[in-house]
Amino acid sequence: MEQLVTGKANLDVFAETLSELAEENRNIMVVTSDSRGSARLAAFAARLPDQIVEVGIAEQNLVGVAAGLASAGKTVFAVSPACFLTARALEQIKNDIAYSNQPVTLVGISAGVSYGPLGSTHHSIHDVAVLRAIHNIGIMVPADNFETREAVLAAAASQRPVYLKLGKKAMPHLPRESGCFEPGKASLICRGNDVAIIACGETVAPAYQAAQKMQGMGITTEVISMHTVKPPDREAVIRAASKCRAVITAEEHSISGGLGEACASLFLEASICKPFKILGIPDEETVTGSQTEIFCHYGISAEGITKTALSLISLSR
Amino acid sequence: MTEKKFTDRELEILSVRYRLKLLHYIKAAGAGHTGGSLSCTDILNVLYNDVLNVSPENLSDNHRDRYIQSKGHSVEALYVILADRGFFPEKELEQLCKYRSKFTGHPSRKVNGIEFNTGALGHGLSISAGIALAGKKDQAPFRVFTLLGDGELAEGSNWEAAMVAGHYHLDNLTAIVDLNDLQITGPVREVCNPYPIDDKFSAFGWRVTETDGHSIPRLRETLHHLPAELGKPTLVIAHTIKGKGISFMEHDKRWHHGVPSDEEYTRATEELESELRRLTGFDDPS
Repeated sequence: MEQLVTGKANLDVFAETLSELAEENRNIMVVTSDSRGSARLAAFAARLPDQIVEVGIAEQNLVGVAAGLASAGKTVFAVSPACFLTARALEQIKNDIAYSNQPVTLVGISAGVSYGPLGSTHHSIHDVAVLRAIHNIGIMVPADNFETREAVLAAAASQRPVYLKLGKKAMPHLPRESGCFEPGKASLICRGNDVAIIACGETVAPAYQAAQKMQGMGITTEVISMHTVKPPDREAVIRAASKCRAVITAEEHSISGGLGEACASLFLEASICKPFKILGIPDEETVTGSQTEIFCHYGISAEGITKTALSLISLSR
Repeated sequence: MTEKKFTDRELEILSVRYRLKLLHYIKAAGAGHTGGSLSCTDILNVLYNDVLNVSPENLSDNHRDRYIQSKGHSVEALYVILADRGFFPEKELEQLCKYRSKFTGHPSRKVNGIEFNTGALGHGLSISAGIALAGKKDQAPFRVFTLLGDGELAEGSNWEAAMVAGHYHLDNLTAIVDLNDLQITGPVREVCNPYPIDDKFSAFGWRVTETDGHSIPRLRETLHHLPAELGKPTLVIAHTIKGKGISFMEHDKRWHHGVPSDEEYTRATEELESELRRLTGFDDPS
């Protein structure tokens, strides 16, 4: 089994990439809500003090101010813990950014259950669901350091609003069939014909590890990193689901309204009916613990995904 | 600032004309926020005809002054004045609130001259602070104006924005409170008392001034002397009357979004036309 090499936290790659961009482009502005430390942007603030605006612990104002800066020609990254950014400031995201079409990149840091032990106040397992229902905002959930860097570059160049969801755990470098990154086009991590696993963000690594486990059992797995959750790559999803005997989606998100349901609707509309399971956080008070523990609890670990895959394959015989 | 210099009397006449027009379009649409539009008409008149450096010609110039209508529901006054200033043909307002119309019941950027889509309350001050911050960063000469409702001050986001504007010394930012003292439920001080507004903003690092929001000369005097203090954002508390200009609408919360009946519309226009005759000395050339 190929051993994955652990890289940096995606959050660190985000901060480094943004700093590089901001050194080159003095029109880039970062807005933070007492979150520069959590966002690994303390060095940015020290080096580029004129390009960071601190609004204090005030997420609604963070988003409104970001919209105003963008309307005056700035390239804006609004950075705040995902749990607060996408819940408390949702109306500002909807009206000031999306509806008013201000090309702000909203960066939800320490997303999903990155703050696992801190309790549900600090979890963001709703963000993709709520933002999927809002017109005119793209959603990007990169899996590893490569996708994170590319996503930051794409967001900076975007003329449309973007939500970038980032975790804070060091992520392994994932293989991919193509070295290219294109927003809206999923990354093919590995090819297979038995099971398709469509994942995003920090669940892609356990999905790939599950694929490796199953390879030893003679089962081939197609793993897709759906780094652009909105709009999803319909073609990649349909292709994988058509050729495989079973399909699993995996996400660090509620099973309601996220990647899994997005894929399910694509399958139904394409009349594809295969054994199918959405892995994520069920509709219950989320268990607390480390991100790894929570993933294991809900079967989003390599072992849990493998178990689900084997179960689905048995149904397909 | 606009090129044409109006006399106070000319602006007073314009205000009456604007009130006639906004009533006409609200009546035709069968929808609108009549009372609040009537209370902010004089403020918007002075802004667009005497203060703001914005016109159809410089709308893409990043150095133009910005106006963000935070109390978006009073959009009929804004639409009428933008049409008069040449941002779009007034005839288009016949589409107000109609199916697939760009003239929605709250400001829409699809309408030439509208900077932001507003309508949910408590958004305009943050947006304006962001624009003002960009102006400071770029050392740009533009100024930012926003119009807040007094009922709107209950939205906590206003106070987040007030804090940041004071913190960053945004003296290129002016917020005007349309203090008509009525919201949909009743008198603002009875619904959830926002007073003292002046002391609160002062404590947040603003310079606060007060004016008669229906006196053209006093509005001009106030809005021509900005910032009221260097290094501080300015809050202008403009004392107004909800439903201003139409006797049976004034101070009556029912006109928050009331649409006049045929009989009420006739009475309202008669009152405004009478005022127009008074101001023009029975010699209205139009």
